[in-house]
Parts: sequence; structure tokens; C-alpha cells
Amino acid sequence: MFKEAVIDGLWKQNPGTIQLLGLCPTLAITTSVINGLSLGLATMFVMIIANSSISPIRRFVPDEVRVPIFILVIAALVTVVDLSIHAFAEPLYKALGIFIPLIVTNCIVLARVESFASKNPTLPSFFDGLFMGLGLCFVLIILGGMREFLGQGTLFSGFDLVFGQSLSGIGINFFDQYSGFLLAILPPGAFLGLALLIALVNWIDQKD
Amino acid sequence: MNDFIKKNKIVGRTVLVMIIFGIIFSTILEFVHNKTNPIILKSEAEAKERLLLQVISKDLYNNDLINSFIDIKPNQRLKNREMIKGYVARNNNEVTAVILETRAPDGYSGEIKILVGIDKNGNILGTRVIKHQETPGLGDYIDIAKSNWINIFTFSSLENTSQSEWAVKKDQGKFDYISGATITARAVTKAINEALNYFKENKLKMGINV
Repeated sequence: MFKEAVIDGLWKQNPGTIQLLGLCPTLAITTSVINGLSLGLATMFVMIIANSSISPIRRFVPDEVRVPIFILVIAALVTVVDLSIHAFAEPLYKALGIFIPLIVTNCIVLARVESFASKNPTLPSFFDGLFMGLGLCFVLIILGGMREFLGQGTLFSGFDLVFGQSLSGIGINFFDQYSGFLLAILPPGAFLGLALLIALVNWIDQKD
Repeated sequence: MNDFIKKNKIVGRTVLVMIIFGIIFSTILEFVHNKTNPIILKSEAEAKERLLLQVISKDLYNNDLINSFIDIKPNQRLKNREMIKGYVARNNNEVTAVILETRAPDGYSGEIKILVGIDKNGNILGTRVIKHQETPGLGDYIDIAKSNWINIFTFSSLENTSQSEWAVKKDQGKFDYISGATITARAVTKAINEALNYFKENKLKMGINV
């Protein structure tokens, strides 16, 4: 059960490269590693609590209206996360801003609740949320890294804005005079980058 | 008839479950909101003062800056659509500087909000972009978090910079810009110039008669 969740979430059913769900944030946010990582972590957190809170109440939810109720629960949970981050982690809130409320509309959250948590016990649902979220997070980081490297010639820049001043030295600048490859930062770069990533995953899968 | 009752029973049960879920989660939200709201308001006020302190320095005033403001009606210069606050810094009751919020409606993607600190003689003390949606990695150099560009306006005024010089270098003006994102710099420059003009026209109202 645990092993299955790991393999499914990280590779076989990866939300970013195989299920292709929740693409809107994947494409919009991944202009740098830090953006990808921040949204990935927030989404993962929401997926974990959404899965593990809907699984125990799944017997009380009538089949006909399960989707509205799931949406209600997810929206409430995301609002709680949003308010808490705003109150207790203001720098993080400033960096993520509008992306946190937008997690409600991320269909990967609803998809995992609907296809997994509503049919399985709590512990497997927890693992499903954790590893599906982690899988998405990895894709966001890799895509963000590709676009940041090509677009700005840097990696890990801006970590201090989210995780505090102590990390201000972590950013790497690869070129002295780099005017930037604009296409990578703009939306087409997201589509091209994701396509390359999916192609790579398919290529690796086919070799086996 | 039996069928009818059966159907209605399902409908009733469904409605009941939805109402119960609605009530439970509204209660949770209300609870969390009540717990977090005071903290959020407090940190927003602190953030506001930190923000104001980025455009004027602390030794310029000894009044309670956050509560020392004039209301500014919507006008063509600052482009505000609703009442906004203009903060007035006083040192021993004498006005030393004002902080205005100006908008550039013609940014590359949407409105840019800029905070401008102006001393009593009309010189710019500091400028900060406080809200924008410019392209990441391209137009976002106006944000102090990304580059120091916004500081080029410091010490400029309507006196030491003529109206035609209040433009980016591409438009024969005085101010630098980063090529590829001229529209952004042009919008910001114009908005800051408008703020200075607003100050010039309204400084009497703010208690400045130099």
C-alpha cells in the first residue's frame, strides 16, 4: 500500500507528467525553482489534508452530491490554510499571494479526492495525497529549474524571500552577462518545457 | 405514489446532508477567521509602516505617521478610482514630507501601484512599486526585490528635471530603462511625474507653503 502510493505518485501516475491534471498552475507559476517549490509544497499540503479529511467522512456523503460537498470541504480547507499562512507566516504569504486560494480550482486535488479518498480508508488516502502532491511538487521544481536556468541564467534565486535571509547565498548565477532567453520565461516556455519533460518520461518508460 | 415519496425522501436527505456540511464548515471558517483576523490586521499595519519607511527616512518625522493622513479624492493625476490616503510626515508639527500613492494604468500587463515620498521642497525622497503584474524576469525589474532600478528617481524634482526630461532615455528623457521592457519603465516614469505634479498643485492643502 505504501510502496504502491510512492511508485504511483512519483512516477507511474505522476500528476504532472502522466495524469496531466492541475496543469494551470504547473504552467503559470514555474518561472523559477522557488516559485515551483512554494506552490508545490502548498498544493501537497492541501492534498494531504483534503484526502485525509474526506476519507473518514466518505460514508456520510450521498453519491448524488459528492462533488459539491468535496468542493465545499476543499474550499474550506484551503481558506483555513490561506488565513493561517497570512497570520503566521507573512513572508511566505507575500511570496505565494494569489496562488494559495487558486489551489481550490486545481483539479488534481478534486481528482484525488474523487478517485481515491472517497473509496479508500484514511491511511492509504493520506499516503496518496502525500505522494501525489510530492510527485507534482517534483515536476514543478524541475520545470521551474529548466525555465529559470534558460530564462535568467540562475538557479535557486529568491529562496531568501520565502524561507528567510539565512538562505540568501543559495542562489547561483551561471553567467556574468546573460541577457536571458525570454521564451523560457513566457508562457510558451512552459508548454515547451512540459512537453520535453513528458517526452523524456515516455522515453524512459519505453526503454524498459 | 410510493415512488414519489421515495424520491422525495432521497432529495430531502441529500439537502439535509448538504446543509449540515455547510453549517459545519462555515463554523470552522468563522472560528479560524476570528482567530487569525486580529493578527492579520496587526501585521498589515506593521507592513504598511515598513513600506512607508522605504520611501522616507525615520529621522524626518516624529509624529504618528500611520494616523497622519489626508484623504485624496479620485483625480486624473494620481489615477485613483476611490478615496486614498496621502501620509503627511511632521517633525515638531512642521510638515517635512508627504507620501503619495500613484498609479500607472498603462503598464505592460495591468496597473502598477507606486508609492512616492516627496520632501516639502518637491524633491523625491524615495519610490517603491507596491503592486504590479509585469512579466517575471522582464518587466519586474521595477520591483525593489528584483533590482535597484526604481531608485533612479531619488532626488529628482520638477525643478531639476524639465517636463520633457521626465521620460525614459528612448523618448529623449533622462531616465534609464531596460531594453525589452520599455513600456513598463515608461509607465512608471509618467506616473511618478504625475505624482510630483499633484504635489505641486495641492501642497497648500497638505500644509506646505514654501
